[in-house]
Amino acid sequence: MRSMLARAEAPTRRLVRPALWLLVIVPSIVLVAQLLLDQLGAEPIEALQKASGEWTLRLLAASLAVTPLMRLTGWGWLVAQRRFLGLATFFWALGHLSVYIVLDQFFDWPEIVKDILKHLYITAGMLAFVLMIPLALTSTKWSIKRLGGKRWNQLHRLVYVSAIAGCVHYLWAVKKDREEPMLYAAVFVVLFALRFILRKPGPRSPRSVPPDASVTLPAA
Amino acid sequence: MLIRRPDDIPSSDITPETVYQNRRAFVGTAGALALGGLIAPSALQAMRFDRGTVGLQENDKLTPEDDATSYNNYYEFGTGKDEPKEQAKDFRPMPWTVNVEGLVKKPRPYSFDELVGKLPVQDRVYRHRCVEAWSMVIPWQGVQLKDVIARCEPLPSVKFVEFTTLYDPRRMPGQARAVLPWPYKEALRLDEANNPLALLATGMYGKALPNQNGAPLKLVVPWKYGFKGIKAIVKIKFTDKMPNTTWNDANPSEYGFYANVNPLVDHPRWTQAKERRIGQFLKIPTLPFNGYASQVASLYSGMDLRKYY
Repeated sequence: MRSMLARAEAPTRRLVRPALWLLVIVPSIVLVAQLLLDQLGAEPIEALQKASGEWTLRLLAASLAVTPLMRLTGWGWLVAQRRFLGLATFFWALGHLSVYIVLDQFFDWPEIVKDILKHLYITAGMLAFVLMIPLALTSTKWSIKRLGGKRWNQLHRLVYVSAIAGCVHYLWAVKKDREEPMLYAAVFVVLFALRFILRKPGPRSPRSVPPDASVTLPAA
Repeated sequence: MLIRRPDDIPSSDITPETVYQNRRAFVGTAGALALGGLIAPSALQAMRFDRGTVGLQENDKLTPEDDATSYNNYYEFGTGKDEPKEQAKDFRPMPWTVNVEGLVKKPRPYSFDELVGKLPVQDRVYRHRCVEAWSMVIPWQGVQLKDVIARCEPLPSVKFVEFTTLYDPRRMPGQARAVLPWPYKEALRLDEANNPLALLATGMYGKALPNQNGAPLKLVVPWKYGFKGIKAIVKIKFTDKMPNTTWNDANPSEYGFYANVNPLVDHPRWTQAKERRIGQFLKIPTLPFNGYASQVASLYSGMDLRKYY
């Protein structure tokens, strides 16, 4: 088992970034192509909204899967993929919000404000997005140094609130068939549970993640 | 409004789809063609109907047939909008029987033809407003519900008419999941059902009603949200008590019995003030009773429409 892991590490490390780039780029291109070729059905705006929202949740789940994976494999270099996935999540969320503001509401600001205040699924979605902003802004090495690992970690715990708000947003947005939103929520529950199960032992005990030269971001 | 006086509505045969599509170009030459006896009177009537004597609103353009038949809420064939078209493609609506039950002179099963055959066929272009805040403009063919009701000979004590959709999970795969309490039920007050706007549709766009749109028999009540338009009707029951209806049962705070289109009463989770007309970009204001207030508002005089949503 150990040796298998060791043998898999080098090729995985080489291939993971190109694979993640594909994961982010391909769906975006497919969606834009579908839009331009009128392949999104009778209501393309709704289709865009749904697809961009689901990709946001998928990438958020992927970024939350990195830490447990890191603990399981001991591959500290995975932490850089976490930042990549976190930023990708933010950009999908930005796209999702833009579809709402530009295509759905067409900059009807009074209506948008009313929608955010009055309709709870919109409120939850906005909260999920707003909480991502400080995380995206402090994703640089410079920010980590400036904030210090401990405070940076504390700040980035907001991602849990954002994930919960995102799931609630989806759950409240659907009319009746809650199967898909419940499925997403279940994935996040599993991811949260994994974090808890694989949490680092006490604060002063030896690190469970072996030191690696490329580990520049502290594990959240 | 689409229909100024219900009596004006031509009782005609199904209008060919090409007449709808080319109606404006067609109008110019229609007179000469008609003189030459080359055109069915029904097509002429349909054109006059569309041209303005009865009157579509400025932004009411027919929804492309492809959109109206591929973007459907029909949970019996899946909860995705694109699912019914695919999942209903092997559904065979004929032969079809409708059980007429309850307070009628003689409750009994009616064959499709017994129920709707030989009644004046109606061509109606109606706005269709979904409770999800999108809308379409659809050319229906069918019969007036009031004609069908008269044929069923209801007793004087009848106050409500209840409709039930087919329940057959082998033929309707969506019913394998309890997304809604099956079978789907809808109901109207008798006076609503007897309003001349209320239609039992058997066709759209000049063709037999597609499976995904509720073949072979679908209720169309254009002043109400789309979910009142129950599809694949197998039972019509006459009663003196307000029947339960599916969406009202599933979520009473969000879906009422009446479900009249009302821009002033929001859905608890979203606004009903505006709607997106399928195929258009900017949203348009939603009209009270979906623009049919002059025909139906009197049915609800004195009622608090915030309470009876």
